[in-house]
Amino acid sequence: MPLLPPRWRLVALGVAVLSLPIAAGLIWLLLSGVFDKIHGLLPVGRPTLENWRFLSQGVGGRPPIYVPLLNTALFAVLVAALEVIIASMAAYAISRMSFPGRAVYLGLVLVLHAFPAVSLIIAIFYMLRLLGLFDTLIGVILVKASLELPLGIWLMKGFFDYLSWDMEMAALVDGMSRWTVFWKVAFPLVRPGLLALGTFALLSAWGEFILPFTLIVSSQRAMMATYLQSFLTEAFADYGMAAAVGLFYALPVLLLFVLGQRYLLNIYGGGVKG
Amino acid sequence: MARSVAAAAPEQRAAGVGRLVGRYGWPAVFLLPATVLIFLFFLVPVVTTLYLSLTNISVITFRHPQWIGLANYRALLGDPFLPKILGNTARYVVFTLAFNVGMGLLLALLSTSVRQRYGDQIRALWLLPRIMPPVVYVLIWQGLTREAPFGLVSDLTGLSRNWIGAQPWTVLILANGLVGASFGMLIFTSAIRSIPNDLFYAAAVDGATANQTVRRVVLPMLKWPIMFVTAYQTLSLLTSFEYILLLTDGGPGFYTTTVWSLHAYKLALSNYSGNVQFGLGAAMAAFLVLIGIVVSIFYLRIFNYRALVAEPKVEVN
Repeated sequence: MPLLPPRWRLVALGVAVLSLPIAAGLIWLLLSGVFDKIHGLLPVGRPTLENWRFLSQGVGGRPPIYVPLLNTALFAVLVAALEVIIASMAAYAISRMSFPGRAVYLGLVLVLHAFPAVSLIIAIFYMLRLLGLFDTLIGVILVKASLELPLGIWLMKGFFDYLSWDMEMAALVDGMSRWTVFWKVAFPLVRPGLLALGTFALLSAWGEFILPFTLIVSSQRAMMATYLQSFLTEAFADYGMAAAVGLFYALPVLLLFVLGQRYLLNIYGGGVKG
Repeated sequence: MARSVAAAAPEQRAAGVGRLVGRYGWPAVFLLPATVLIFLFFLVPVVTTLYLSLTNISVITFRHPQWIGLANYRALLGDPFLPKILGNTARYVVFTLAFNVGMGLLLALLSTSVRQRYGDQIRALWLLPRIMPPVVYVLIWQGLTREAPFGLVSDLTGLSRNWIGAQPWTVLILANGLVGASFGMLIFTSAIRSIPNDLFYAAAVDGATANQTVRRVVLPMLKWPIMFVTAYQTLSLLTSFEYILLLTDGGPGFYTTTVWSLHAYKLALSNYSGNVQFGLGAAMAAFLVLIGIVVSIFYLRIFNYRALVAEPKVEVN
């Protein structure tokens, strides 16, 4: 609002108080990962590396940490790459080309964007079993990338629509094919959109729990989400180590949060899925 | 126009084919990968869900399910726990939605009433639960709600208990709400920002207090965004079960916090009743799929479909 209320500092204080639970959660995670015992938010023990021994050895029959770490990194990177490329191609066609069925296609994308994909998980489980893709990284990557595709197409269509047509027109007149124009001219010009969708896809895949939990069973293909979850379901959970694993797992997200707050606000404010 | 294609001169025909490839070919090339994936992982699963719900598929009959018609649906209606699960679902959706929309609105109003730098910081902080991996987020909730002397909630209230066990619904709604509120917050914030400044100046000249400005100027302009957020989140809450699965797993005890989507998931995919009832789970999921399709088509009608699918402005072919 252009005119701040006269007592806006009081308002700021109020909303800061309202936000305390989130701050408390963050502090708990940071402290619990570092100290050997926490009462409330007060460390009562000394700083310890004991909670971090999962880094150097397999804990409680779990695979060593590099297995879920590499799996998750591979999963997140490939999902983001697939999503960005395939969604951009489709969005480019919808934004720039006139073809029969275009309105129907765009309507389908829009309906699927609102459609809650998680309700399909039972059928997807069954299909992956039949296709022989159950318990494979390929299977869960394809599923994750596909389920976010409508969102990606819709987002990228907005960026292509906003892009001026002049450069592409010039390239076409000079004899470039549509294919070359897309890769050499249009694709580089929507870099902000590619970055936004890529960041969103990376964060979303990095945190994904339900898909690996449902579609992956062998521990060699475990992901960070299921690895951490196995600490929480133990009869006597070791919260110190769980917090250390959680902190380790959330570190890239926290770094992005610290370094790119404004950027994140723009991405999530730009209408990506809630 | 009696001239047939066959009668046309060869070079004309070739040009016609070229035009045909141009008109269909390039769009087809660009749309192919997306179409294959959407077909495989959206359209086929929708049909598969409906099909499986009409079969007796289970662990034993996994590869050779038999058609049993509506028997799963009859079994579902006869389930004595159905009223309990329906009640839980309504409770979960209504209370979480109220928290999400109310808190989102409050945060948007408050964070746009302070210096922008502080407002951005507040909004960024509320984004954190959303971008945090869900399992880490749930771990934090578990840590904060443990018994004294470890859990912060127990320490602050002076009542030592495991709060997830003692107050599962409160914890569930708050945990979901802290994630969900940011969605409304961001949408309402950009709606507030798009209100013309003149309106605020006019209100100030007329001597309106901050309170009156919010009630008479801002809120009426937020009518559509509020409707959108409410509609959108109703659908996603109806089908989401990730945080419930992680926080309470539908317990404690018997079905205490089991909602429709979680029950469907567990019937089909987890062995908690000793026998995986895939068909029954699919029948429950089929309801969600149908509701999802109907409601999302309904959105399109409300939120101005024609403007969204307008033909591209420039086109060469």
